[in-house]
Amino acid sequence: MTSFSYVAAPDTATALRAIADGDRVKFLAGGTNLVDLMRERIERPDTVVDISRLPLAGVAELPDGGLRIGALTTNSGVAADPLVWTRCPVLARAILDGASPQLRNMATVGGNLLQRTRCLYFHDEAARCNKRAPGSGCDAIGGFSRGNAVLGVSDHCTATHPSDMAVALVLLDATVEVQSTRGTRRIPIAEFHRVPGDAPHVETALAADELITAVELPPAPVAANSGYRKVRDRAAFAFALVSVAAALHVDDGVVTEVRLALGGVGTKPWRATEAERALLGRPATDESFRAAADAELRSATTTAQNAFKVELARRTIVTTLRQLATDRSPA
Amino acid sequence: MVEIVLRVNGCDERLDLPPQVSLLDALREDLGLTGTKKGCDQGACGACTVLSDGVRINSCLTLAVQHAGREITTVEGVDHPLQEAFVRADGLQCGYCTPGQICSAIGMLAEHRAGVPSAVTGGLPGAPGAELSDEEIRERMSGNLCRCGAYNGIVAAIREVAG
Repeated sequence: MTSFSYVAAPDTATALRAIADGDRVKFLAGGTNLVDLMRERIERPDTVVDISRLPLAGVAELPDGGLRIGALTTNSGVAADPLVWTRCPVLARAILDGASPQLRNMATVGGNLLQRTRCLYFHDEAARCNKRAPGSGCDAIGGFSRGNAVLGVSDHCTATHPSDMAVALVLLDATVEVQSTRGTRRIPIAEFHRVPGDAPHVETALAADELITAVELPPAPVAANSGYRKVRDRAAFAFALVSVAAALHVDDGVVTEVRLALGGVGTKPWRATEAERALLGRPATDESFRAAADAELRSATTTAQNAFKVELARRTIVTTLRQLATDRSPA
Repeated sequence: MVEIVLRVNGCDERLDLPPQVSLLDALREDLGLTGTKKGCDQGACGACTVLSDGVRINSCLTLAVQHAGREITTVEGVDHPLQEAFVRADGLQCGYCTPGQICSAIGMLAEHRAGVPSAVTGGLPGAPGAELSDEEIRERMSGNLCRCGAYNGIVAAIREVAG
């Protein structure tokens, strides 16, 4: 790890001033991703501003019935919150399917949104990577691509977004609240993460001087019947090959409301809007679920090594929706 | 350099550290507490698990300076029935992962008592503590690898202490 100067921010204003005034400044919260990246010398900040003691943790109900989750709430804290379980079990389940208990005790909501890809070439200093070294090329394309994305890819990058939590937040139409010395703004989660295009190193809409302060979830009654199903190489503590977040309402055998999001297959947490459009108003049957999955996965770009993800995603979508349709208990 | 006071196993330790030093390295190199082990140094194996204010964490992925004023418990500060249960149940072979397993299990039992859910239980947190099944124990201990494969003994030891 290269050396840096360390500032323990006593309040949010100090943290915002420190990042506004500096050049290579990074905020440090739970550390589970940033400490690792600094050790690998992928991140080399001059100054680290420790924000872990700022009063930005906790889950609260909003006047409209939505939820406000402080950016420094730990992943464990969100997954153990009774309001989260009642309103949107998909969020708690997605978090509990991610990482390990120790990591969830450390990792924060804000940090989770900003976690970097696990693409092997991003982490290998000897490899070319347009995220790590813009313009250098991409060794994942044509390389070992089994874990890489099939949706939202470009000729410059196919790195998968690794978060489980973010897939649930995309499903829930979350808003990301950010602050800087210039003020506060709110970013819809669908616009927060970016597909790589020709600038894979620009991963989010967050400006260099901004701090995530909260995530807000609007009321969504359909989310009370929601679930998360994750498929991975071992039973626990592994990144997704494919994951599916879904919320479903069925009336008289017909789908009257549906939300679907995918993890492990996209360059960003993937809201499956094509599938949602295809399923709305259709009978809640396996046939409709398969057709919806096909509508979304039609645009997949695969390699010989990751083509299996398309069929795996199709089957996982069908299974998740079927379970929500039949027993109304979370998947 | 940053001056901090770290409270480790009940004793205040004054340290003067470069800020990039991990909690794990501070414990092992500066305080000589080598019970906490460095396995992967990237949060994937759990050998470095310690308790910070009673909560289990990976000490390799956190800076020592972030824990100023917090109460750190390492295996050297542990006196718990789990330790003898691990011996009785053959919950180890080489022993390298054991300090992390012990600290993790202590944190895990506290989480379970407090109603913290897992991917196996699901359901509302705070519900009356379900029995800690073997499947639950395996899920809740999934952050601690044992390359000797002593998992059956580890699960048996934890099950015995959990009652």
